[in-house]
Amino acid sequence: MSVSTLMIDGHEVAMAAGATLLAAAREVGITIPTLCHLEGLSPVAACRLCLVEIEGSGKLEPACITPVLEGMVVRTDTSRLQDYRRTVIELLFTEGNHVCAVCVANGHCELQDRAVDVGMDHSRLPYRYPDRPVDLSHHLFGLDHNRCILCTRCVRVCDEVEGAHVWDVGWRGEHCRIISGLNQPWGEVDSCTNCGKCVQVCPTGALFHKGDTAEEKHDDSSQLVALVRARQARQVAP
Amino acid sequence: MDPNPTSPAGARRTILIDPVTRIEGHAKITIHLGEDGSVEGARFHVTEYRGFEKFCEGRPFTEMAAITARICGICPVSHLLASAKTGDRILAVTIPPVAEKLRRLLNLAQITQSHALSFFHLSSPDFLLGWDSDPARRNIFGLIAADPELARGGIRLRQFGQDLIERLGGRRIHAAWAVPGGVRNPLDPADRDAIRARLPEAFATTKAALARFKGLLDGPLAVEAATFGCFPSLFMGLVGADGRWEHYDGKLRLIDADGAVLAEALPQQRINEVLTEAVEPWTYLKFPYYKPLGPEDGSYRVGPLARLNVCERIGTERADAELLELRQRGGRVVTSSFHYHLARLIEILAALEAIEVLLDDPEICCRHVRAHAGVNAFEAVGVSEAPRGTLFHHYRVDANGLIEAVNLIIATGQNNRAMNRTVTQIARQHIQAGPVAASGNEAAEISEGLLNRVEAGIRCFDPCLSCSTHAAGQMPLHVQMLDAGGAVLSERWRS
Repeated sequence: MSVSTLMIDGHEVAMAAGATLLAAAREVGITIPTLCHLEGLSPVAACRLCLVEIEGSGKLEPACITPVLEGMVVRTDTSRLQDYRRTVIELLFTEGNHVCAVCVANGHCELQDRAVDVGMDHSRLPYRYPDRPVDLSHHLFGLDHNRCILCTRCVRVCDEVEGAHVWDVGWRGEHCRIISGLNQPWGEVDSCTNCGKCVQVCPTGALFHKGDTAEEKHDDSSQLVALVRARQARQVAP
Repeated sequence: MDPNPTSPAGARRTILIDPVTRIEGHAKITIHLGEDGSVEGARFHVTEYRGFEKFCEGRPFTEMAAITARICGICPVSHLLASAKTGDRILAVTIPPVAEKLRRLLNLAQITQSHALSFFHLSSPDFLLGWDSDPARRNIFGLIAADPELARGGIRLRQFGQDLIERLGGRRIHAAWAVPGGVRNPLDPADRDAIRARLPEAFATTKAALARFKGLLDGPLAVEAATFGCFPSLFMGLVGADGRWEHYDGKLRLIDADGAVLAEALPQQRINEVLTEAVEPWTYLKFPYYKPLGPEDGSYRVGPLARLNVCERIGTERADAELLELRQRGGRVVTSSFHYHLARLIEILAALEAIEVLLDDPEICCRHVRAHAGVNAFEAVGVSEAPRGTLFHHYRVDANGLIEAVNLIIATGQNNRAMNRTVTQIARQHIQAGPVAASGNEAAEISEGLLNRVEAGIRCFDPCLSCSTHAAGQMPLHVQMLDAGGAVLSERWRS
């Protein structure tokens, strides 16, 4: 197994070829903020929150999908990156309708946590207040498009872990949104197994347990990590 | 709302009080004078609009309690309870008995803290420091300097209510603890004991305030008691079993000024069949009235005085003794709006006694506090008694529970016509017809004491304009006197 040695924020780290910069940073205790990334699901680099600077490269690269290379010099927390990350979070807040005070996920929301991490005390961008629907057709769960940040964790977990592939991304640009069963009401999608994994991995209050009121969604997406690891362990066991 | 409304017919000049101070929300008062300088009429204008009824459309009904609680920072509990009760009916469930007791406890805490705020913080500076005292000192800070013991007691009494709300719901303001089907968490025995330990002090403060205020009513405040909104009207409020004082659930009783029962149990689920809301172009606050009697005769008062008027008795010893004394003072049906203040103190006493009873209930810490169900009814009304009066939440939902229509009938709206009559009555009492008032040299005529009395007429009702127009605002005071053409003759500002 070949190993690459690189520098991240002044820390020397040796990683197996194929490992990502995100994994390398975590190896040496450096936290790079993420939203769409979740261990156990394939990376998509959608949220752009984990962008890092690589010496010699003119463009920023997402740490979640960029493989380590020998001799890389990486910076994860420059003032430029801090400003970009805050802007990314502000874009997410202003693009949807995120009203934390009355949200089911208030206090247990990864978007809210990242906003705190990047120091977003207000938005420098104007709010768009889009008119988006809520789908309560499923008998157990609800989908509020106002709170969706299009991280696609639900799409990936349903396809890659549950194997049901209920979710997709429909439309384009500002009309882009998560759709179930090729754009049917969620409650009418026969392929849904009601497993709730999509709700569990949703970083915001977009997917929730029906009947939940403000602050009642306490799902922990890291539980999926344990599930995936247990499955992998079973597969490699003799 | 028309920002420059025309004066009533016959009025030749207008005195404008804008905004009204020491109330919760943003409003102004105009006093319209005729040719001879006498008061033609007075209007209480609510000048803000928020639109909760519109933007709640499309939301899950389960979120409505948390959303509507955000209408107000003073009485979020009232909206929480009315919304949760509406949600219970959409689920079509009977909530666990202990959940109802805990909701009652929450509402009693709310009544205590809100009434304490109204009496001690907002209104008592007028009574204790004087109507004509320096406006810069005529507030809670002036009261602290003049009577620290009473001020401290009042502040701590409000804190007692807030503390109970926090121990039940996890936070003092906007605790989204009551939910369709019950409440989120049971009461911890340690919290029950901590609240019980504070009751003696709360009783002592209330007793002292009652004695002090009744003494003032027999002396320097006798004139105000006779002239601040003293007129016959209908009264509406919930009553419990055997006609007892009620604040959470029960029959909705409507009486006239003689105490005759016009309706023993208004149909709460079809409330729009008996109550309707009139709209005027000069205010965002609607005018609900009892449909069968029309907008004038059908207007009614709600709130602490109405609740004490519609009930037969309170049902607890100390509060019943005070109710008897109130009726000896004002008759079986007390029609002076100034007695809202005394009614508020009596309700604090009633609330404390009821809290004591509930805390001693052996099942109050039972852990089964929530019923679960799906959507079983598509339209429902939830009714509860907010500190300021009867509160209605009316929702229509689709088969999945998404809100299609919302109507909120707020206590302050129901007192709207009474507030307008009250400011008119006070203005007529204190502005006399005469050549000076009519001459156009009125600056000296708009005395600070007059302004304060007119405002105090509104404060009797402890209006919550944030709730009633679903509005918020800062409240310095602006007074204008306008001639018949609308030109400003004189002006005063209080910042």
